[in-house]
Formats: sequence, structure tokens, C-alpha cells
Amino acid sequence: MIVTTRVDQTFIHHRRRVTLAAGHEGDRMIEVRGITKRYKDTTAVSDLSFDVHEGVVTGFLGPNGSGKSTTMRMIMGLDAPDEGTATIDGVAYHGLGLPLREVGALLEARAIHPGRSAFQHLWFMAQTNDIPRSRVSEVLEMVGLREVAQRRVGKFSLGMGQRLGIAAALLGDPPTLLFDEPINGLDPEGILWVRNLLKGLALEGRTVFVSSHLMSEMALTADQLVVIGRGRLISAGSVSDFIAESSGQFVRVRSPQGDGLAALLVQRGAHVVRESDGSFSVSGLDAPAIGTIAGEAGLHLHELSPQMASLEEAFMELTRDSVEYRGHDVAGASGVDARTTPLTETRK
Amino acid sequence: MSTDLTYTSHLTATSSHGRVRTRSAVKGEWTKLRSVRSTAWTLLTLAVLTLGVAAIAGVAVSGSWTTMSTVERLSFDPTALSLRGMLFGQLVVGVLGILVMSAEYTTGTIRSTLMAVSSRTKVMFAKIAVMTVLGLVVSEVLSFGAFWLGQALLRSPAPHASLSQPGVLRAVAGGGLVLMVLGLVALGLATILRNTAGAITAYVGILLVLPIIVQALPSSISQPVTKYLPFHISDAMTSVTHVLGNSPSLSPWVGFAVLCGYAAAALGVGTWLFIRRDA
Ligand SMILES: Nc1ncnc2c1ncn2[C@@H]1O[C@H](COP(=O)(O)OP(=O)(O)O)[C@@H](O)[C@H]1O
Ligand SMILES: [Mg+2]
Repeated sequence: MIVTTRVDQTFIHHRRRVTLAAGHEGDRMIEVRGITKRYKDTTAVSDLSFDVHEGVVTGFLGPNGSGKSTTMRMIMGLDAPDEGTATIDGVAYHGLGLPLREVGALLEARAIHPGRSAFQHLWFMAQTNDIPRSRVSEVLEMVGLREVAQRRVGKFSLGMGQRLGIAAALLGDPPTLLFDEPINGLDPEGILWVRNLLKGLALEGRTVFVSSHLMSEMALTADQLVVIGRGRLISAGSVSDFIAESSGQFVRVRSPQGDGLAALLVQRGAHVVRESDGSFSVSGLDAPAIGTIAGEAGLHLHELSPQMASLEEAFMELTRDSVEYRGHDVAGASGVDARTTPLTETRK
Repeated sequence: MSTDLTYTSHLTATSSHGRVRTRSAVKGEWTKLRSVRSTAWTLLTLAVLTLGVAAIAGVAVSGSWTTMSTVERLSFDPTALSLRGMLFGQLVVGVLGILVMSAEYTTGTIRSTLMAVSSRTKVMFAKIAVMTVLGLVVSEVLSFGAFWLGQALLRSPAPHASLSQPGVLRAVAGGGLVLMVLGLVALGLATILRNTAGAITAYVGILLVLPIIVQALPSSISQPVTKYLPFHISDAMTSVTHVLGNSPSLSPWVGFAVLCGYAAAALGVGTWLFIRRDA
């Protein structure tokens, strides 16, 4: 099922180099600059700016309703931003010559007529961009829909519909690809397939931008992250930086004289959070320092264990204030915060 | 599937820096139109109604000619009789024109369409082109078919019409043209409303309900307005000996020009909105 030849690969690289020489900041990318989108009573996206570079998978992470799909629709020229611009390799969508050969996208909302066959759906798109018929069969083969190509899309499962959407994105063999929540509706095998697909596309030197509301998914596929909450940029950078910056490490401390110890640690500049199970999460001081302080004060320690917050926790921590709907807050003891999310899951 | 699977094809090598050609956009629209069952169903319904009504009318008049009054016989218009089904055809062609646009919105296909062809003017042009050509061919075939079938089933002594008689060719060819233009009016309405039910309601309202409302108004108002209604324009076009009540009619081609004006207005407003609105 390998559809390409070495010659084609060589050509792609050659073309990339030409693009590079043409000098669009030496990099083929998506540039979003200050885009804002308002609907009647909500501001879906607010002064959002970021870059998506070629050759890596860039994850677009944010809780549900944070504006990911809206941003992607604006990049694809479907919704017009109220302010700001979104460009692909320096060109706005409506300025692209043969759009499908420049960008391919799988959007979140259905974009397929249930009464049309998979083949006909791809074929009408192909015709408009002068893409040969053979390419339609090729992408159907890639996504594993060859056998059902003539079947009406209305009879497709959620996963098959998603695969057809991916086939449409790949149709024009575009150097830039957007995927909005691509693993939705897929079975475990399908999810694995999408992960490999995204990585494979990036390895070929393409610009790959993929959204998800699941940090764990992004941790598995993305190299770079753009994190948004309530339509605003929260963070942009590499996945590893994101984890390091946003979570950091902390130490779990358990002591029969917990309140006394907590007060002492706060005095020494630590940040202390009381967990619902009675333990304390301490950041700003490492385990040996905490042990020394406790020893000098003659306080007993029942637990002193360094912890690393999980990615999901880092994400929740970061978007905590930007999630529209969340559980009630629990008031903390004086001088000590109480966490809404108990840090029970940990990662080595 | 192996992880070293690549997704490229020879396509990139031939990739031009061209634009979406109008011809290609039209081809895509044509593929869309013929690849859904609703198109075949609508065309079949269109054929059954226009031809069926022509046949039934022909047979019915043949059977009752001897019992018809002198006035009825004098005002008998065999051409108009055979084209009577065109009114039903106008409703059906409206559904076709509406679905060309509204199905895009109800199914979300509009997003695929606009991602492939980013120029909305071009998308609109392609839809109008496909609807015009298909509408013209189908309408003319059915109009002439209905005329031929209706005349063939008309029995003497009821008089027959032939295309060489004055006004007959105009009525038959013109009836087809009216059908086509109404399909475009429907396309325009659907582009404005983006919703199948709403567009059908508006279309049927303009075609059938508006004449009833106008008729209910005082004649000082209804008299000058009636002749501008699509229903009356169509009637004037498909009649050879025109005697519809006592309201004055526009001449067939002036009426047709007005109808084209309606289509242009609906499509113009539709396109204007289509370019400005989010998909
Ligand atoms: N077409 C629309 N009309 C009105 N509100 C919208 C529309 N699209 C999105 N929104 C609102 O904008 C916000 C962002 O939505 P969305 O971009 O879908 O977020 P995400 O994809 O991150 O879940 C939400 O509050 C949503 O309700
Ligand atoms: Mg979304």
C-alpha cells in the first residue's frame, strides 16, 4: 500500500527547498495574527496569534468551547474573522490558487452529503482542483475505504465518515494539513492509525496542525503545542517545555503536625496546597529541604515523596480559569490553598 | 498499515500554480448534482407531471368536446391545454433549484465545496451555469414532449395546434424557458434562505399563494399588480389565444424579461449574501 516512489519524495524535498529559497521566513507555515471572532453573544476567539511550523505535528489544545474549531474554520476561509488575519505560507485562504493542493482539512462538523457515495464526494472536490481521478482511488485506498467507495456515505459509521474526511484532506497532496479532533468516533485501531498518519505527514516535511481537547492525546502525537482557553492564547511552544513550565514538580508531605509544618514551609517561601486526603502538596522547596526543616522543628514526617504532575493535570491547571463550566470550588484553610483537583494520579 | 507509509503521489510534480478554472468548478457542480438520488427523483417527477397532465388533458377534452359550450369551444387553446402540466412542473423545478443550494447547507457539504473552490463568486457562477443548462435542456424537452403528446392524444373534432401556427412555437419554447428561469429564481431564494423548508415555502408562496392574495385585494390594487406575478407571466407565455379573466397581461416576451429580472434579483441578493456570510 505504499503509494509513492522515491522519485516523488525527491521532488517534494526539492520543491520545499525552492519554497525555502523563495524566502518566506525560510519555513512553510500557518500564521495566525490577532484574530478575533464574535458571534451574537459570545466571543469565540479573542486576539489570537500563533505560528504553526512545517515538519512537526503542532497540537491545538483547549477545553471544549475554547474556540479551536472556530479558529480552524477561519484559517480555512469558511468564517471571516472580525479582526486579524490567518495565512498559509503568507497567503490568505481565498488567495490560494488551487486550495486543495495547498491545504487539506478535516473539519469537526460533517461536510459530506449522506446521499452521495464516498467516491463521488471526493471526485467532485478533485475535479474542481484539476486532480486526476486516479488520486481519488489512491486516497480511498490509503484510508481503507476502497471496498465501500461506491456506498452511500449515510450508511457509514462515525469512524468511516472520519476516514473519508481524512481522505478529502489528503486528496490534493497538500503540504499543509489541518485536523479538527480527528480521533473522534474512531476505535482504538483507528486512533493508532491517525497518530501514525499525523507523524508520518510531519516526517514528510508537511505542516500538520491537529486539535484536541485531550492533553493525553496531544502528548502522544504532538511536538509543538498551541494551548487556548476561552478563545485566548495560554501557551505556545514545545510539548516538553509546556509540561515543565506549567506543572513543574512538587513534593507530597504527610505529617501528624501538618498545619504547623505547612505554616513553617510557607514562611520559607514554599507554596503549599492542602489535598482532600489530608496530605500537603509542596512546591518551591525540594524533598531534602523540607525534611531538614521538619527535622529542625522536631516535626514528624509520615510521607515525603517527590511527585510529577501528569500532563492532563498540567493542562487543567493551566486552563483552570478559562474553562467555561467546571465543578464547584472548595474554600481553602487560611494561608493554605485547597485544590479542586486532587493530585492523586502521578507520573514517574 | 505500516508506519513508513507515505502519503504523497505524483500529483505534486504536476501541480501548477494555476487557479480553479471556471470549467473545473462547473464540472464539480455537475458531479454533485448527478450523484444524489434527489436529482433523478425530481427530474422523474417533473417528467411524469408535465407529460402526464398533457396526456390526461388531451384525453379528457377529446371525450367532452361534444358536450362543451360554444363559448368554451371558441376560446379553446389546444397549445395551452397541452402545456397545462407546466404549472406543476414549475413547482418541481423549484425543488431542484432549491436543493442545489440548500442541500449544501443541510448536509454541511458547503464546507467541502468552499474549501475546494475558495472564490464564492465562482461557486455561485458554477451553480447557476449547471442549473441553467440542465434546466434549459430538461424544460425544453418536456415542453415540446408535452405539446407533442397532448396533441397526439387530442381527438378530432377538437381542433389541434401545430408549431407552424402563429404563436404556437413561442408558447411551447417559451413555456420551457419560463420553467428554466423559475428554477433559477428558486436557486436564488435558497441561497438567501439556506434552508430547504424555508425556500420551498417562499417559492410556493410567490408562485401560488401570492396570486390568491392579490386576487382578494380591491381591484384598484390587484389590476395593475396581477400581470407581474410569475403565475400570470407564465400563463401569458404558454397561451396562444390569451383570455384569462379580464386582467391585462404583459406581452409574452415582456413578461419573460420581467421574470428574468426576478431571477437576477434573487440570484444577485443571494450571491451578495453568499460572499459575505460565514459558511
Ligand atoms: N456558528 C456559531 N454561532 C454561535 N456561536 C458559535 C458558533 N460557532 C462557535 N460558537 C461558540 O464559540 C465558542 C467556541 O466554539 P468552538 O470553536 O466550537 O470551540 P472548540 O472547537 O474549542 O470546542 C463556543 O462558545 C461556541 O458556542
Ligand atoms: Mg471543536
